Amino acid sequence: MTRSELIELLAGKQKHLAHKDVELTVKSLLEYLSAALCKGQRIEIRGFGSFSLRYRSPRVGRNPKTGDVVDLTPKYVPHFRPGKELRDRVDGAWDDIAD
Amino acid sequence: MTLTKAELIEQLYDDLGLNKREAKEFVEQFFEEIKDALVAGQDVKLSGFGNFIVRSKGERPGRNPKTGADIPIAARRVVTFRAGQKLKARVDRNARPE
Repeated sequence: MTRSELIELLAGKQKHLAHKDVELTVKSLLEYLSAALCKGQRIEIRGFGSFSLRYRSPRVGRNPKTGDVVDLTPKYVPHFRPGKELRDRVDGAWDDIAD
Repeated sequence: MTLTKAELIEQLYDDLGLNKREAKEFVEQFFEEIKDALVAGQDVKLSGFGNFIVRSKGERPGRNPKTGADIPIAARRVVTFRAGQKLKARVDRNARPE
Protein backbone atom coordinates (compact mmCIF):
# COMPACT_ATOMS: atom_id res chain seq x y z
CA MET A 1 0.00 0.00 0.00
CA THR A 2 1.38 3.38 -0.98
CA ARG A 3 0.69 6.81 0.39
CA SER A 4 -1.73 7.58 -2.46
CA GLU A 5 -3.57 4.27 -1.94
CA LEU A 6 -3.90 5.11 1.75
CA ILE A 7 -5.35 8.48 0.79
CA GLU A 8 -7.87 6.77 -1.55
CA LEU A 9 -8.96 4.36 1.18
CA LEU A 10 -9.43 7.15 3.70
CA ALA A 11 -11.25 9.33 1.16
CA GLY A 12 -13.68 6.46 0.60
CA LYS A 13 -14.46 6.37 4.31
CA GLN A 14 -14.42 10.09 5.07
CA LYS A 15 -17.16 11.08 2.62
CA HIS A 16 -17.74 14.40 4.34
CA LEU A 17 -14.19 15.54 3.55
CA ALA A 18 -13.12 16.78 0.12
CA HIS A 19 -10.41 14.67 -1.50
CA LYS A 20 -7.84 17.45 -1.24
CA ASP A 21 -8.60 17.76 2.48
CA VAL A 22 -7.93 14.05 2.99
CA GLU A 23 -4.63 14.50 1.15
CA LEU A 24 -3.72 17.49 3.27
CA THR A 25 -4.66 15.68 6.48
CA VAL A 26 -2.50 12.65 5.66
CA LYS A 27 0.36 14.95 4.69
CA SER A 28 -0.03 16.85 7.97
CA LEU A 29 -0.11 13.68 10.10
CA LEU A 30 3.10 12.39 8.50
CA GLU A 31 4.67 15.80 9.03
CA TYR A 32 3.70 15.82 12.75
CA LEU A 33 5.25 12.37 13.17
CA SER A 34 8.44 13.38 11.35
CA ALA A 35 8.72 16.69 13.19
CA ALA A 36 8.34 14.95 16.56
CA LEU A 37 11.18 12.55 15.78
CA CYS A 38 13.34 15.45 14.63
CA LYS A 39 12.82 17.11 18.00
CA GLY A 40 13.90 13.88 19.65
CA GLN A 41 10.35 13.28 20.87
CA ARG A 42 9.00 9.76 21.35
CA ILE A 43 5.75 8.78 19.62
CA GLU A 44 3.31 6.34 21.22
CA ILE A 45 0.20 5.22 19.35
CA ARG A 46 -1.80 2.72 21.38
CA GLY A 47 -2.50 -0.51 19.51
CA PHE A 48 -0.14 0.49 16.72
CA GLY A 49 3.31 0.99 18.15
CA SER A 50 5.93 3.46 19.24
CA PHE A 51 8.69 5.36 17.50
CA SER A 52 11.86 6.44 19.22
CA LEU A 53 15.41 7.34 18.31
CA ARG A 54 18.29 4.92 18.56
CA TYR A 55 21.82 6.12 19.01
CA ARG A 56 24.51 4.93 16.62
CA SER A 57 28.03 5.34 18.01
CA PRO A 58 30.77 6.83 15.90
CA ARG A 59 32.66 4.14 14.03
CA VAL A 60 35.15 3.66 11.30
CA GLY A 61 33.46 2.43 8.16
CA ARG A 62 34.67 1.60 4.73
CA ASN A 63 33.55 2.59 1.30
CA PRO A 64 32.51 -0.83 -0.01
CA LYS A 65 33.51 0.10 -3.55
CA THR A 66 36.96 1.54 -2.99
CA GLY A 67 37.83 0.07 0.41
CA ASP A 68 38.72 3.55 1.66
CA VAL A 69 38.39 4.16 5.39
CA VAL A 70 35.63 6.64 6.32
CA ASP A 71 35.03 8.12 9.75
CA LEU A 72 31.32 7.87 10.58
CA THR A 73 29.98 10.40 13.05
CA PRO A 74 27.59 9.42 15.85
CA LYS A 75 23.96 9.78 14.89
CA TYR A 76 20.37 9.05 15.77
CA VAL A 77 18.10 6.89 13.63
CA PRO A 78 14.33 6.42 13.93
CA HIS A 79 13.21 3.08 15.35
CA PHE A 80 9.71 1.57 15.36
CA ARG A 81 8.47 -1.01 17.83
CA PRO A 82 5.09 -2.52 16.91
CA GLY A 83 2.49 -2.47 19.69
CA LYS A 84 1.04 -5.65 21.14
CA GLU A 85 -2.17 -5.50 19.11
CA LEU A 86 -0.32 -5.04 15.82
CA ARG A 87 2.23 -7.73 16.68
CA ASP A 88 -0.46 -10.24 17.63
CA ARG A 89 -2.67 -9.48 14.65
CA VAL A 90 0.15 -9.68 12.12
CA ASP A 91 1.42 -12.93 13.59
CA GLY A 92 -2.10 -14.36 14.08
CA ALA A 93 -2.90 -13.82 10.44
CA TRP A 94 0.12 -16.03 9.72
CA ASP A 95 -1.36 -18.86 11.82
CA ASP A 96 -4.56 -18.67 9.78
CA ILE A 97 -2.60 -19.01 6.55
CA ALA A 98 -0.25 -21.70 7.86
CA ASP A 99 -2.95 -23.96 9.32
CA MET B 1 6.81 14.97 26.07
CA THR B 2 5.57 12.01 24.08
CA LEU B 3 3.48 12.47 20.94
CA THR B 4 0.19 10.55 21.22
CA LYS B 5 -3.08 10.27 19.29
CA ALA B 6 -4.57 12.99 21.51
CA GLU B 7 -1.79 15.37 20.50
CA LEU B 8 -2.18 14.53 16.77
CA ILE B 9 -5.93 15.24 17.06
CA GLU B 10 -5.20 18.56 18.74
CA GLN B 11 -2.76 19.57 15.98
CA LEU B 12 -5.24 18.69 13.20
CA TYR B 13 -7.83 20.77 15.00
CA ASP B 14 -5.45 23.73 15.34
CA ASP B 15 -3.90 23.59 11.87
CA LEU B 16 -6.69 22.38 9.59
CA GLY B 17 -9.85 23.29 11.46
CA LEU B 18 -11.22 19.75 11.54
CA ASN B 19 -13.57 19.49 14.50
CA LYS B 20 -12.48 17.27 17.37
CA ARG B 21 -14.76 14.38 16.39
CA GLU B 22 -13.63 14.46 12.73
CA ALA B 23 -10.00 14.72 13.73
CA LYS B 24 -10.30 11.80 16.17
CA GLU B 25 -12.03 9.63 13.59
CA PHE B 26 -9.41 10.48 10.98
CA VAL B 27 -6.44 9.74 13.21
CA GLU B 28 -7.94 6.42 14.28
CA GLN B 29 -8.79 5.41 10.75
CA PHE B 30 -5.34 6.42 9.52
CA PHE B 31 -3.58 3.96 11.83
CA GLU B 32 -6.32 1.34 11.36
CA GLU B 33 -5.85 1.28 7.57
CA ILE B 34 -2.10 0.89 7.95
CA LYS B 35 -2.63 -1.94 10.46
CA ASP B 36 -5.17 -3.70 8.23
CA ALA B 37 -2.78 -3.63 5.28
CA LEU B 38 0.05 -5.07 7.40
CA VAL B 39 -2.22 -7.77 8.84
CA ALA B 40 -3.14 -8.70 5.26
CA GLY B 41 0.59 -9.15 4.62
CA GLN B 42 0.91 -5.96 2.57
CA ASP B 43 3.91 -3.66 2.95
CA VAL B 44 3.02 -0.01 3.54
CA LYS B 45 5.20 2.54 1.78
CA LEU B 46 4.71 6.12 2.85
CA SER B 47 6.94 8.27 0.69
CA GLY B 48 8.85 10.92 2.60
CA PHE B 49 8.36 9.01 5.85
CA GLY B 50 9.27 5.35 5.59
CA ASN B 51 8.23 1.79 4.81
CA PHE B 52 6.51 -0.70 7.09
CA ILE B 53 7.53 -4.17 5.94
CA VAL B 54 5.99 -7.51 6.90
CA ARG B 55 8.69 -10.15 7.26
CA SER B 56 8.23 -13.87 7.71
CA LYS B 57 10.76 -15.43 10.01
CA GLY B 58 11.44 -19.13 9.96
CA GLU B 59 11.54 -21.33 13.03
CA ARG B 60 14.80 -21.00 14.94
CA PRO B 61 16.28 -22.72 17.96
CA GLY B 62 15.70 -21.01 21.28
CA ARG B 63 16.27 -21.77 24.90
CA ASN B 64 14.40 -21.23 28.12
CA PRO B 65 16.81 -18.92 29.94
CA LYS B 66 15.63 -20.19 33.32
CA THR B 67 15.85 -23.93 32.82
CA GLY B 68 18.27 -24.07 29.89
CA ALA B 69 15.86 -26.35 28.04
CA ASP B 70 15.96 -26.17 24.23
CA ILE B 71 12.66 -24.97 22.77
CA PRO B 72 12.19 -24.03 19.15
CA ILE B 73 10.94 -20.49 18.50
CA ALA B 74 8.03 -20.89 16.10
CA ALA B 75 7.92 -19.32 12.66
CA ARG B 76 6.30 -15.91 12.84
CA ARG B 77 5.46 -12.77 10.95
CA VAL B 78 6.77 -9.47 12.21
CA VAL B 79 6.51 -5.82 11.18
CA THR B 80 9.67 -3.78 10.72
CA PHE B 81 9.99 -0.12 9.86
CA ARG B 82 12.63 1.40 7.62
CA ALA B 83 12.77 5.16 7.78
CA GLY B 84 13.00 6.81 4.37
CA GLN B 85 16.07 8.78 3.22
CA LYS B 86 14.31 12.09 3.76
CA LEU B 87 13.29 11.32 7.34
CA LYS B 88 16.67 9.81 8.20
CA ALA B 89 18.53 12.84 6.88
CA ARG B 90 16.20 15.21 8.71
CA VAL B 91 16.50 13.34 11.99
CA ASP B 92 20.26 13.13 11.66
CA ARG B 93 20.51 16.89 11.11
CA ASN B 94 18.29 17.85 14.03
CA ALA B 95 17.64 15.20 16.58
CA ARG B 96 19.04 15.07 20.03
CA PRO B 97 16.71 13.02 22.24
CA GLU B 98 15.00 14.80 25.12
